[in-house]
Amino acid sequence: MSFSTELLIKVLVVLATAPVMALGLTLLEVKGSAWMQRRPGPLHVGLRGFIFPLATAAKYLQKETIIPNDVDEPVFKWAPAWVIAAVVGLFTIIPLSPTLIVRDLELGVFFLLAISSISTIGVLTAGWSSANKFSLMGGLRAAGQLIAYELPLILSVVGVVIQAETMSTVGIVEKQIEFGFPFVIAGQGIAFIIFMIAATAEMMRTPFDMPIGESELTMGFFTEYSGIRFLIFYISEYINLFVMCAIASTLFLGGYHVPLLPTEWVNFYGPLVLIGKTFLLAFILIAIRWSFPRFREDQLQTLAWKILIPLSLLNIMATAIMKVVF
Amino acid sequence: MEAIDIFSYFLLLLLLLSGVKVVTTSNVIHAAIFLVFTLATTAVLFILLSAEFVALVLILVYIGAVIVLFLFGVMITRAPLGPNAELDNDQNKLMAAVISLSIFGIFTYILLQTFDSTVVISEGTSTKLLGEILLSRFVFPFELVSFVLLGALIGGITLARKDNALMDEDQI
Repeated sequence: MSFSTELLIKVLVVLATAPVMALGLTLLEVKGSAWMQRRPGPLHVGLRGFIFPLATAAKYLQKETIIPNDVDEPVFKWAPAWVIAAVVGLFTIIPLSPTLIVRDLELGVFFLLAISSISTIGVLTAGWSSANKFSLMGGLRAAGQLIAYELPLILSVVGVVIQAETMSTVGIVEKQIEFGFPFVIAGQGIAFIIFMIAATAEMMRTPFDMPIGESELTMGFFTEYSGIRFLIFYISEYINLFVMCAIASTLFLGGYHVPLLPTEWVNFYGPLVLIGKTFLLAFILIAIRWSFPRFREDQLQTLAWKILIPLSLLNIMATAIMKVVF
Repeated sequence: MEAIDIFSYFLLLLLLLSGVKVVTTSNVIHAAIFLVFTLATTAVLFILLSAEFVALVLILVYIGAVIVLFLFGVMITRAPLGPNAELDNDQNKLMAAVISLSIFGIFTYILLQTFDSTVVISEGTSTKLLGEILLSRFVFPFELVSFVLLGALIGGITLARKDNALMDEDQI
């Protein structure tokens, strides 16, 4: 198969998988919140609530796109593209099995950190170009939060990279198989917790949803968006949830591997195992979202700069010392 | 001409156009966004030269941190929608042309003098090798750079921070 055909097939597969996973997670969130808060709608309406995500998507697709008068049109129109491009780009390094991966980059984890930082530009430009004070405030809050939580996200991954001696995602999973335990048990437990907190903050989900803050900023940086562009912001939030949880299960929970199953069949059960682990992690984040109140802005910044960053630096030091000693 | 050559020329054209737009646009935010395009094209060129690490550093540090902080700073202080007349500068167009042309000339001369037309083929930068060299042969400059950064950090804090003792007295 020539390079371009292969590339085309891979791109098409990723573009088909991403919305399906987002749909699945939307369903999980709607059902989970309904179950936790006794909302009758998503539990009983329309095929026991299973039609809910499709109905939401259909609703936004048929809505009119409204562009306010004073907006900076090209910047406003293209802002959702930054966000979704950065999020879908991360599918490149998610390994469903040693061979079922778009590309096993030598710099896999570094690629994750570099590409995920692009979506901040989309959020900032969306907030600014909307010509709305609430949007601008939301955009600025989002930028402050994304800058602050990018550091613990990067630093917590460094511990894993030191322990695995590689940045390739497949390499990290293979190392955990060789070791016998996933990294969350074998020394990177703190890093896992830091990674999950920082990832939740990067996704701007409750309790880190200050930038959106419905009660004070309407919808934050995407207040003025409607129709398909709103849908893009909405869907990229769930694709991001899938990607971040998939990466977390790859780095810390052993990825596509489960003990006791024959390794030669990994191409069959690998994808199911990874998606299962991902949905489990996503369910934990959903449970957190529907049980905790929102952080205050100063609490949020304190948590990042005074607790998470020093803790992840200590984790790097400890891991490096253990690596030299053993 | 192979496909990769056409692609490189296309990228160079894109780089040139977005670079020109960074300077000529009269809107700060538009300039920053065109700067993102410029940096992204440079990153792709580095990938074509099989320097993946440099490309990703460009994206992580310049697009992900510098441009974001730049946008953040501009938006939090002043960034009116629409063109900003202050950004157009009609003075010294001649001087600007002379300086930019001479910089272009100097760089071209140096590059031609150093490499002439020899083609350097590398095996691609291994990140492991880069790390080892950085912490052995280049450890002194590496540490020196981190001291410069530390100095900048302390300087920034000193400039931004008000003296606590004085502030307390004022407030009381």
